[in-house]
Amino acid sequence: MPDQVVFAMEVTLNGLMAGVLYALVALGFVLIYKASGIFNYAQGVMALFAAMTLVGIMEGQVPFSHLINAMFGTDVHHFGWHLPGLAAILLTMVVMVALAWCVQQFVMRHLVGQEPIILFMATIGLAYFLEGLSDLMWGSEIKKLDVGLPQGLNEMIDNATYNIFGYGFFIDNLDIVATVIAALLVIALVAFSQYTKEGRAMRAVADDHQAALSVGISLNFIWVMVWSVAGFVALVAGIMWGTKSGVQFSLSLIALKALPVLMLGGFTSIPGAIVGGLIIGVGEKLFDFMIGPLVGGATENWFAYVLALIFLVFRPQGLFGEKIIERV
Amino acid sequence: MFYREAGDFKTSYQQDNQTFPIRFDRYRYYVVLAVAFGVVPFLINDYWANAILVPFLIYAIAAIGLNILTGYCGQVSLGTGGFMAVGAYACYKLMTAFPELSMFIHVILAGGVTALVGVLFGLPSLRIKGFYLAVATLAAQFFLVWLFNRVPWFYNYSASGQISAPERDVFGILVTGPNAPSWAVYLFCLIFVTFAGVLARNLTRGTMGRRWMAIRDMDIAAEIIGVNPLTAKLSAFAASSFFVGISGALFFSVYLGAVEVGEAFGIQKSFLVLFMVIIGGLGSIFGAFAGAAFLVVLPVALKLVGVDMLGWATDIVAHFQLVIVGALIVVFLILEPHGLAQLWRVAKEKLRLWPFPY
Repeated sequence: MPDQVVFAMEVTLNGLMAGVLYALVALGFVLIYKASGIFNYAQGVMALFAAMTLVGIMEGQVPFSHLINAMFGTDVHHFGWHLPGLAAILLTMVVMVALAWCVQQFVMRHLVGQEPIILFMATIGLAYFLEGLSDLMWGSEIKKLDVGLPQGLNEMIDNATYNIFGYGFFIDNLDIVATVIAALLVIALVAFSQYTKEGRAMRAVADDHQAALSVGISLNFIWVMVWSVAGFVALVAGIMWGTKSGVQFSLSLIALKALPVLMLGGFTSIPGAIVGGLIIGVGEKLFDFMIGPLVGGATENWFAYVLALIFLVFRPQGLFGEKIIERV
Repeated sequence: MFYREAGDFKTSYQQDNQTFPIRFDRYRYYVVLAVAFGVVPFLINDYWANAILVPFLIYAIAAIGLNILTGYCGQVSLGTGGFMAVGAYACYKLMTAFPELSMFIHVILAGGVTALVGVLFGLPSLRIKGFYLAVATLAAQFFLVWLFNRVPWFYNYSASGQISAPERDVFGILVTGPNAPSWAVYLFCLIFVTFAGVLARNLTRGTMGRRWMAIRDMDIAAEIIGVNPLTAKLSAFAASSFFVGISGALFFSVYLGAVEVGEAFGIQKSFLVLFMVIIGGLGSIFGAFAGAAFLVVLPVALKLVGVDMLGWATDIVAHFQLVIVGALIVVFLILEPHGLAQLWRVAKEKLRLWPFPY
């Protein structure tokens, strides 16, 4: 087999893995959008916030330590403990639920019934707020996150492909773990929304707010729950991306990458988010591999957006989205 | 007592159609212009020009541009930074290719080039709506920045990949480059702001503006009463990009002087201008000025309070700024979705009744 084809196969595989990570972020968007019609731009920053909180709790950092030191002239930094990964994840989850409650209580509740674009802009404001808050709480330096996920070259795949093609594929163990976790997460989410009382209530709210209200479903509770679930998805995405490339500001930019993923897959479809993520992941890696060298490289920055743009012109509702019907 | 229509008789159509129908408004406008042109240039120093006045004027043009697109025509754009970059690079190419021409012509031509690019990226808006379009404009943002980074022709094959403005003058007075006096830079920007303000105000008052607003309020209904969405949307994109391009050209040529495209015209810039429009007030020219002033002054004021008075580290103050800007956006959207402009409108309504409210 010619080298180029083998390389392309490796690139495709890596693209699939990257696509899974995009899909993870996109999932959080879809959840909130389905249940409340809010396009949550802050999802990426929530992932950043979750990852930073996780690192902070694990390392036993004092929240707002820089600020406290600046205000009172003290010198506190650490509580002096180190928590195991799992306990820290649970504690972070508590923080994310609290955040969800605050968002609902102080922001979204006051914006019920506003136009979608106003809600979208409110979440942009929320994203800025959270970004500043997480920097104030935990400091803005790049942090290492290690909750004990396997990392590095997967030797089994390396050996197996070496035997077949005479060239070992480089697949990161972390990507494989991420894929498995993403699959589990999707199954769990689908099961949750199909078979539990809260999940059914969530779908009812998504269908029709007023009808849901009239059969006695508390909108407030459902929305807090949805934001909490989105916070959980953000936490998972934050752990994956944080382990891969360190916890830093650029983490919130993956949220932007999730937008074309959503546009491809359709805003309202969970499978759409996954398929869209895979298409974008593979597409941008392959495009950068084949066309990139001809036009100066770094096409990953814009390929996803342009692909989504071109795609939307032909199919405005995305691959799996509900058909947009306009009546006068 | 003094702010009212009563006693202000109009005796011709021309008077009836003037921009500021209330006498007090009109005089206020003349006074503002007189102070801006006649007083400020004599008082200005480098710090005031560079920290507040020039960025305020430049961002005001950008905010007017985005306000036409988002506030008047209802098409949300996150590509403002990219379009500013088009203006900057068009201006740079023109400045280096035709050094003998006046800077005025360069800047306006740069606006024209940006308008063409804007129309090109506005084409999808005919099919895509709402935040689908917002995301689609991100394509413009990232693609344009990448293009200017990667294609050497745009930065004249300079080794650093940056563009830096050569010294150019207007009627013999330097306006670009490090040696330009601050009053000349200020006046140069001010002329463009005045021109942009008057043009935008009259565009939005006329047929064109009414078409845009019809599309914004309900595009299907607008189509049925005979507004052509193709021309309405594309003209909004063209007008908006024209202003944004002018502001990008000024931002590069007279304000920064040298530009690295990803840094100066990144996605953050798009959001900054969008925030100006939201805080100032969607669909209001005054709002564009108010929002630009607010977001230019806020960081300077915060730095003054945080770093100079309280002695905090600059990064903490920078984080605080993010928190405050984010919270302000949310607060404004909740309490006053129409922004500072609405506060001004309420104040005017109160003035009209003062001192004898019902």
